[in-house]
Amino acid sequence: MTLLDLMPFMMLAPLIGSGFVAVLPGRATPWAVTMLVCLSSAIIAAAVLAETLGGATMSYPFGNWPPPIGIEYRVDAANAFVAFLVAAMAAVTLLWAPKSVAVEIQGRHGTFYALFLLVVAGLLGITLTGDAFNVFVFLEISSLASYALIAYGQDRRALLAAFRYLIMGTVGATFFLIGIAFLYMVTGTLNMADLAERLPAMSDNNAVRAALAFIVVGMGLKLALLPLHLWLPNAYAYAPNFVTVFLAGTATKVALYVMLRFAFTVFGPDYSFVVLPLSTVLMVLALAGMFAGSWVAMFQIHLKRMLAYSSVAQVGYMVLGVSLATLTGLTAAFLHLFNHALIKTALFMAVGCVIYRTGSARLDDLRGLGRQMPWTLTAFALAGLSIIGVPTTVGFISKWYLVLASIEAGAWWLVVFLVITSLMALYYIWRVIEAAWFSPRPNGAAEMREAPLALLIPTWFVVSLNFYFGLDTRLTVGAARAAAGALLGDGGSAP
Amino acid sequence: MSWLPQLAPLTVVLIPFVGAIAIGFAAGSRQWIQRLSWLTSGVFLVAVWGLAGPALSGEALEQSVWEILPGLTIGFAVEPLGLLFALLASTLWILATPYAIGYMTHGGYTNLGRFFACYAIALGAAAGIAFADNLLTMFVFYEILSVSTYPLVAHDGSEKSKRGARTYLVLLLLTSICLWLPAMIWTWAATGTLTFTPGGILAGQVTPATGALLLVLFMFGTGKAALMPFHRWLPAAMVAPTPVSALLHAVAVVKAGVFVVLKLAIYIFGLDYLKTLATTDFVLYVATFTMLVASLVAMHQDNLKARLAYSTVSQLSYIVIGALLTSQLAAIGGGMHMLMHGFGKITLFFCAGAIYLASKKKKVSELDGLGRKMPITMSAFFIGAMCVIGLPPTGGLWSKWHLVSGAFDAGHMLILAAFLLSTILNIAYLLPPVLRAFLKPLPASEQPGIKEAPWLCVVPLSLTALGTLVLFVLAQRGFDLMASIFSGGLA
Repeated sequence: MTLLDLMPFMMLAPLIGSGFVAVLPGRATPWAVTMLVCLSSAIIAAAVLAETLGGATMSYPFGNWPPPIGIEYRVDAANAFVAFLVAAMAAVTLLWAPKSVAVEIQGRHGTFYALFLLVVAGLLGITLTGDAFNVFVFLEISSLASYALIAYGQDRRALLAAFRYLIMGTVGATFFLIGIAFLYMVTGTLNMADLAERLPAMSDNNAVRAALAFIVVGMGLKLALLPLHLWLPNAYAYAPNFVTVFLAGTATKVALYVMLRFAFTVFGPDYSFVVLPLSTVLMVLALAGMFAGSWVAMFQIHLKRMLAYSSVAQVGYMVLGVSLATLTGLTAAFLHLFNHALIKTALFMAVGCVIYRTGSARLDDLRGLGRQMPWTLTAFALAGLSIIGVPTTVGFISKWYLVLASIEAGAWWLVVFLVITSLMALYYIWRVIEAAWFSPRPNGAAEMREAPLALLIPTWFVVSLNFYFGLDTRLTVGAARAAAGALLGDGGSAP
Repeated sequence: MSWLPQLAPLTVVLIPFVGAIAIGFAAGSRQWIQRLSWLTSGVFLVAVWGLAGPALSGEALEQSVWEILPGLTIGFAVEPLGLLFALLASTLWILATPYAIGYMTHGGYTNLGRFFACYAIALGAAAGIAFADNLLTMFVFYEILSVSTYPLVAHDGSEKSKRGARTYLVLLLLTSICLWLPAMIWTWAATGTLTFTPGGILAGQVTPATGALLLVLFMFGTGKAALMPFHRWLPAAMVAPTPVSALLHAVAVVKAGVFVVLKLAIYIFGLDYLKTLATTDFVLYVATFTMLVASLVAMHQDNLKARLAYSTVSQLSYIVIGALLTSQLAAIGGGMHMLMHGFGKITLFFCAGAIYLASKKKKVSELDGLGRKMPITMSAFFIGAMCVIGLPPTGGLWSKWHLVSGAFDAGHMLILAAFLLSTILNIAYLLPPVLRAFLKPLPASEQPGIKEAPWLCVVPLSLTALGTLVLFVLAQRGFDLMASIFSGGLA
């Protein structure tokens, strides 16, 4: 069995596993099986990433139907990188899961983990496939499962949040489907590589223009790009902590990948960024998202909502890199895609630890907690440094590349915006630190113990990754550059 | 100094950090905090002096610790200017240790574990800045220094100190993140390197307009050099316990600021390139303005520590001017003033703290006749003041001598005049406390029983005062060390 034969199992293992996990009784067994499945996915993903980093493209025809007819899995450095991120984050966050899920979800956990595996399978499917319609199918699989996961939240508002996400997500998916339908209408094919070959000939066709617009807007919704971000804060705030931790690191990233794949590979940068003003549109929206997201985050009293708004801002950073449409810009986007997953996961994990003990994520209830839960809040502070972009953290590397890309593109004024939003991040992280360490514990507040090791160890593991990849950037920068190169057609820079 | 053990620069930088961790673990016991503080500062002193030997004999001590991005490293190198700064900081640290122990114990302060741990971290960060081989490494330690001194400034936990500490941290972080960081990344984008290189790296790599803008960003971004209008953090930091004001806000932090300015001028821009930039004169005159205005403000401060703080703002500008006069002599003078002013100003702060400890007096107007009760302290104050003013027989004479001749060299007659005017102002605000203490009689209302502060405080301030006198004799060594930057090795 070669790696190529194994590659589809990255997605198939969680898909098949979910059916199996759904019927498992109790709590420990479903978790263990889920862990096993995710680990195997992550291992395959790592192997595939290693294979494609050199510039190779792996193509797997499903059912041996040759590509334009059948469904093809087509993996280059770009999607291998994203797939690795998804599979690895699934495994890492699962380490953190059992304690947290145990208090939040009553009864047996089989269905919960089965839904989780469906989300993983969906996200991986979106990433790996080379077929446009297949993207839609997996998009729906992962979306529907994640609506259900969010609805598991203890707070009853979780139901409303899930419903809102469902409406918005469905609108997004429908837009995407309409876009694909237009493309199918004019080209008669759904295979991405095939589409890329046929589209340049019909660049004057209005249906093609509309298709790009529909796809970008549809994915913008899933990506939570301002002003299409409204579903995200509540969904993140009221979902079970483990679900937030996982989705924050992966779901929006996959949507960004799809947008990139269509803009760069299917339509081609010459079309998306030259014929149509996608660059300007994305840049304006990205800047607006960076500002509005950070601004709102500065005034949130609910920590999970604060981090959710910060995610809206961080999506802005990634899209900003994309909007420059250069090799460095795309590298910055891919880097931040990976780095932000590490940052946000660590932050949400730390907040999850606080919620596990105090049952609250309100800033007021956090006062004076620094001395009682020092490890948890130190982890939060360190991950906070990363989101601010302090040197030696991954956040710094992301911003470094973004600034570099801006200066290279001659848009040095973007640097001013980046600095200002970094300062805003400094402010919203500082509020938490000040409340935790420099405010007295409110009268009558119960003495809190440190979070259990089962939560702390994974949290610190991700925090240390934030520093490790802040210092050793060979893997991340190398992979991000390879991914950007793959999208731009092998290392060349866009026009 | 070749008989001393020679360690790698990174190890030297890490010593205070390890010490800080140990102190943090020993936070329960005063005895152990003191022992570990002694041990850390002692080992650090030996380690830094151990580097001096090989560096003076021209051996290149470079150490690349980690490559973050291709060509972008966390790395260290020992060069004359950094060596001078590290020697200054390590020597004064070992003198400040007994002072801090005495002051904090007799002053009834609590939370000593946190205090001494942060104190050590700050010194480690200063060493990191001193030995940094490139701008990025320097930036990392610069920020560590800002953040680690925040708990020290806010140490007593009162609203007033928290407010002061916030001003302190916000100004230092804002300037470094908003101005310094973008300038650094811009430099990297333009030149592809951040390594300190004799002669500079920017010449010919950027347009004159960009170079001019970068200079402004860098100079104002170095908030620790306290150029107006970003000087407010320094008076605000005076709410800290005096050992902090003495070692950190007269030596480690502020000298880190001017050290960064000197490094930028000599190793990033290069003196020859600075001459061609349109904004050099602008920054030069801002510094001159700062020097004069801060002196004027200092004259009107009745609070002794506030007066010393504004005096520091003014003296720092001497060094910035030295760096920007684009004359080698002036740059050497600036480097020497870093050393001389360090010794002089720490003496003054030690004295101010000793006076407060012995008599609870904070104001200049209350010092009448104190010279009779505390003769050693006030004599040391006098010597320290002479050093800051630049009078013989103290080391301060030589640094100002070279600064003035540097200004003459560069043909900046206006600045020459400003130097002379500033010296008169220095006399006007530094000598009155001494005159009051020795010449005026004790007020009748004075309660008896004021005597010299505990010996743990008096001995260090006597030693630093003595140090300024010794530097008068040994100044040539400092000059040679600095001059080797330009001659490419010691003669």
